[in-house]
Amino acid sequence: MRWRALLLALALAAAGAPALAAEAQPTGRDSVAAARAVKLSEKLRCLVCQNQSIADSNAELAQDLRGQIRDQIGAGKTDDEIVAYMVARYGDFVLYEPPLKATTVLLWAGPALLILGGFVGLVRFLAARRAAPPSPELSPEERQRAERLLAGSEDTAA
Amino acid sequence: MRLKLLAPLAVFIVICGFLLIGLWRDPREVPSPLIGKPAPAFTLAQLHEPAKTLGPADLKGQVWLLNVWASWCVSCREEHPLLVALGKANIVPIIGLDYKDETTAGKRWLTDNGNPYTTSVVDRDGKVGIDWGVYGVPETFVIDKAGTIRYKQIGPLTAEALETKIVPLIRELQKS
Repeated sequence: MRWRALLLALALAAAGAPALAAEAQPTGRDSVAAARAVKLSEKLRCLVCQNQSIADSNAELAQDLRGQIRDQIGAGKTDDEIVAYMVARYGDFVLYEPPLKATTVLLWAGPALLILGGFVGLVRFLAARRAAPPSPELSPEERQRAERLLAGSEDTAA
Repeated sequence: MRLKLLAPLAVFIVICGFLLIGLWRDPREVPSPLIGKPAPAFTLAQLHEPAKTLGPADLKGQVWLLNVWASWCVSCREEHPLLVALGKANIVPIIGLDYKDETTAGKRWLTDNGNPYTTSVVDRDGKVGIDWGVYGVPETFVIDKAGTIRYKQIGPLTAEALETKIVPLIRELQKS
């Protein structure tokens, strides 16, 4: 009889779940704005706990900045305007994706340069190996010694 | 040929050098984009006289310090004696920004620890803090006569920072 109680509990839980989900679901324009706010806050770094975005962080500053993003979306600001607002206050450091500028060229081009450098190095190495002269002929003494070794007439430990 | 063999070692040593320098740099010290920019405007109620307000516009024409503090802030205690000493020396007006604090707690904190501030203003919801790019309390800004931010100290003031950077900068700015 116990399994029947379990089944009943499961059924009740399943019936309860959609009701909860429905409660958490925002509607209409709100959901678009909320999605935008989440997307933006994922792109911005929390300055208190620097390895988290302000979407992930529970630091008070992150909460305030999320509030700021929501307010600005509410005020009709575009995503670019909001990002510019954050950069004006906290610098490029708030961006998880640094902008391409004179000071960040190395950052962006670095990996490509490394791959290119490695490739050039590899090509040159292979070309040099192919162009290398074939191993030189044995000198007469070496030839004689090799023959003796092959014939087994010399002590190999010598 | 010898030199060519040493090249990877040289590259390795250079990378090690960069990493080594990185070890001694504080990742919390993010350079502020506000240095050299006009101080963000605000008009906030004063801590001790809530009916009165104060903002950067009222301080134009003089060099001043903005110190962001709070009664809940632990490292503010660390720098506070230095601020009290600086206040006593009467070199420069020090404006306190009581950041995300209860006014009663803020006032009590100043009574207990000494009040170095010419005036303190209350940033209850931290909005002004965001405008000033504040992300950790305490922070201290030096603002020149034209109302431009000239220096920012992130984290508690140190005697060294005061003596070598902040006070000389204030004196220089006051001369101009």
